[in-house]
Amino acid sequence: MGSYVPSTREERREMLRAIGLEDYRDLYKDVPQEMYLDRPLNLPEGMSELEVSRAMKDMANKNRVFSTVLRGAGAYDHYIPSVVKYIPAKEEFLTAYTPYQAEMSQGVLQSIFEYQTMICALTGMDVSNASVYDGATAAAEAAAMCRDRKRRVTLISAAAHPDTINTVRTYCYGTNDQLRIIPAKDGKTDMDALKEMLTEDVASFYVQQPNFYGQFEDAEAMAELVHQAGAMYIMGCNPIALAIIKTPAECGADIAVGEGQPLGMPLSYGGPYLGYMATTTKHMRKLPGRIVGETVDAKGDRAFVLSLQAREQHIRREKASSNICSNQALCALTAGVYMASMGPEGMAEAARQSMAKAHYLASGLCAIPGVSLKYSGEYFHEFVTLMPKADEVLAALADADILGGLPVEGGILWCATEKVSKDVLDKVISIVKEVLS
Amino acid sequence: MNYPAELKYSKSHEWVKMEGDVAVIGITDFAQDALGDVVFVNLPSVGDSVTAGAAFGDVESVKAVSDLVSPVSGEIVEVNEALADAPEVFNSDPYGSWIIKVSGITDTEELLDAAAYEAFCAEEA
Amino acid sequence: MKLIFEKSVKGRGSSILGKCDVEYAALPEALARTQAPALPEISETDLSRHYTELCHNVHGVNCGFYPLGSCTMKYNPRIDEEIAALPGFTAVHPLAPADTTAGCREVLDKAGEYLCEVTGMDGMTFQPAAGAHGEFTGILLIKKYHDSRGEAHRNKIIVPDSAHGTNPATAAMCGYQVVNIPSAPNGCVDLEALKAVLGDDTAGLMLTNPNTVGIFDENILEITRLVHEAGGLCYYDGANLNAIMGAVRPGDMGFDCIHMNLHKTFATPHGGGGPGAGAVGCKAHLKEFLPTSALMEGEGALQMRSFAGNFLVVVKALAYIMTLGREGIPEASANAVLNANYLMRRIQGTFEPAFDRICMHEFVLDLSEFKKRTGVSALDVAKSLIDYGMHPPTMYFPLIVHEALMLEPTETESRETLDWAADIFRKLYELAETDPEYMHNAPHSAYIARPDEVRAARTPILRYTAE
Repeated sequence: MGSYVPSTREERREMLRAIGLEDYRDLYKDVPQEMYLDRPLNLPEGMSELEVSRAMKDMANKNRVFSTVLRGAGAYDHYIPSVVKYIPAKEEFLTAYTPYQAEMSQGVLQSIFEYQTMICALTGMDVSNASVYDGATAAAEAAAMCRDRKRRVTLISAAAHPDTINTVRTYCYGTNDQLRIIPAKDGKTDMDALKEMLTEDVASFYVQQPNFYGQFEDAEAMAELVHQAGAMYIMGCNPIALAIIKTPAECGADIAVGEGQPLGMPLSYGGPYLGYMATTTKHMRKLPGRIVGETVDAKGDRAFVLSLQAREQHIRREKASSNICSNQALCALTAGVYMASMGPEGMAEAARQSMAKAHYLASGLCAIPGVSLKYSGEYFHEFVTLMPKADEVLAALADADILGGLPVEGGILWCATEKVSKDVLDKVISIVKEVLS
Repeated sequence: MNYPAELKYSKSHEWVKMEGDVAVIGITDFAQDALGDVVFVNLPSVGDSVTAGAAFGDVESVKAVSDLVSPVSGEIVEVNEALADAPEVFNSDPYGSWIIKVSGITDTEELLDAAAYEAFCAEEA
Repeated sequence: MKLIFEKSVKGRGSSILGKCDVEYAALPEALARTQAPALPEISETDLSRHYTELCHNVHGVNCGFYPLGSCTMKYNPRIDEEIAALPGFTAVHPLAPADTTAGCREVLDKAGEYLCEVTGMDGMTFQPAAGAHGEFTGILLIKKYHDSRGEAHRNKIIVPDSAHGTNPATAAMCGYQVVNIPSAPNGCVDLEALKAVLGDDTAGLMLTNPNTVGIFDENILEITRLVHEAGGLCYYDGANLNAIMGAVRPGDMGFDCIHMNLHKTFATPHGGGGPGAGAVGCKAHLKEFLPTSALMEGEGALQMRSFAGNFLVVVKALAYIMTLGREGIPEASANAVLNANYLMRRIQGTFEPAFDRICMHEFVLDLSEFKKRTGVSALDVAKSLIDYGMHPPTMYFPLIVHEALMLEPTETESRETLDWAADIFRKLYELAETDPEYMHNAPHSAYIARPDEVRAARTPILRYTAE
């Protein structure tokens, strides 16, 4: 069996004796006999490193890794520069705790400060936190930030990611608050419904840009409606798209959040990912989570610390606006390295190429008789097609080692990124053509 | 520690000065000393009503937060917005740093005079 | 250290993506951003060296001793990282068809089964991304349970005053009123205080055992019985699970649900503050409320985040559990307790433990007398440890001990390391008598001296802006 306990049997006996005890059971003398576990745990026997490695590889091999992924829906298969994989694997970054002791953690603190700066650059907002768990929880935390005594209702677009809607619903359930869903029309938020539902008790409205169906929302017009009603405006944006599309700040958002996974994190069956969260100076003190600030040390040199801590649960206890007391530091580091490695031009190119490939795929598919786009609006790198025999299409693609789009509400939600070459897209189109002919 | 004789004090460490029928409210020297360096204050808005014994805002130091408790019930007619940008004056000049002015007072907590408050603080310390 | 933005030179960068092999799609002008984001423009050489420089100013548990109480900083095995980096795990889309993700399901099922056995629970979810997130999930399970029985009037959660700040903050996020009860001087639950607040409005109790001062509450069966009698449920904060695996199980103590920190007890790395995983286990009567992903499994009672949770963290934890196995898991806990007691006794005689008795996996030093005598505070001692390359213990927690330093050495430290640490504490104890001033100004050899936190909070600078 494997063990990471360094001491030998003899050393352990000596240590026990040094503290005046005979055997291990004495260490647990406070545990009443009636509940002391007097049987071995029902677990398999321990394994050596080699055996574990073999067993886990067997498990990994039971998954199918497709050479092409045309499925997005909240998890995106972008190219990850090699350097992005190696830097967060450094043991100093990997095995440190939250940087409570600034003198011993300047590297982590500075990397978070740089991440915060990059998120501000990407979103146009004034202040970013050190990140939260993922995009869905970032949306839920943002909605919680907006609720006050008079305004308790949260609005969310039906065209947002279903997991986001459901997560926000759960957080609202916690505080006994209402969540109301603005219906979608032609794959986008129904503006008339939004206008009607922006009542006096509404605290905030959340819209996803581009939305779950890949469609661009009319984000600026929404800002106007929401602000006219005295509510706060939250935008959940794809961070790759943000390299080229109007920023939440330009659109008038009070809070910008989103799923940071596209910034250098692999698909990983759903996690770990990263929720980014940024706001205006005005709402800075309501922002939950860790925030790193710049200051000076006793010698007057630049230093970084966890700042604005009086917002947080360890000081405010039940009055804190959130119980969060960590971030996804290593994912924030990953995102920082990704953004720095790509640079402004590389990020924009990833966005442009993803959009280009999605449009190439869409036009190729829609040239096939019987295939059409479900929605009419402008879209980024995802789109929904209507086509017969969707199951057969997806099965034929799988046979060619391609994970096709996600079946949704009678259509297929496709996604393309810069990773897919024209040759593969042509192959996809010809396979679909064949199945449907 | 300073306890100006012309002020009244609450057991939650606010001072009150009556200017006609308007109550001027701040936090005491003892309170600022216990908090340490004040870094931020959450201020209420003009027009908000306050209730005797209930919080109307809070002050933060680096490692602590403390409710601001109103010693009177009434309506806030003025807020010292300058505090938001210079919270350090709580430390340097607690009695010069009024936070809110309240009028239309309907209720007042039992308040201490300077001597009684000084004795109360000595007990708490 | 320069910021990455200060190393940026316009026009520099890496060549990551090639030319686009299809025609660009036009982005309507009304949708386009007006200015490119001000991200760094930096060569790969400079990028790589920048982060290497940063990492040289970070202390991880794999770099040296890290006795941070309540955080279980045990060695993070490299093999677990290697396994979690297998493309068979990292390249799997969360919404890929079920017949292509059998390996992922097996990871989650196996990890769930093993953790249920270790904790005495019946069901497990891996959605929560961290301990606090797990707490939130656990208390929501309790809320759903009461709602489902038409007992939504139960609106109070009982939390001992020795609890971590997340406990009351979590209860508040679940719409509950927090009832703080005083602890006995040793941090254990004061039974009379508990009885006094139990009633028809009790939704539940949040507790960690061993408690926050490292003592096992021997009245635990009585405590959970009293709460159940009042109609409430008991939530176990698994922060201290590393003390008791294989010896006693939260399920057998009477708890209804529990969160675990896989990044503490099950050796997955903390990553400088995350990602972790706050797996939540529950007894059979709460299973129906466990969270689901709307897209993966369909809408359920609750959803804590997108998809299935921090999956790769679960992979690492599973690899760790499989390595240790039936004998290794209890061995880890027993030696965590042994190491803590050994270190406590080696330090005793200089700095004194707050409670002079057998501790569990961690112990608290009470420096209040020491401070009165020397003027040297717990903070000064903590900062002085940095000069020896040791990460300081948890400071000023729990709040019920003044001038507290809380040490948790964990089982992965050798006797030499513990002896070395005890010697350093002894040295500092003596130094405080002769040169307290030196300790007030510690650390002396770290990258920075003590930072000005007041300035950071008064005039927040939260991002870099070009001069």
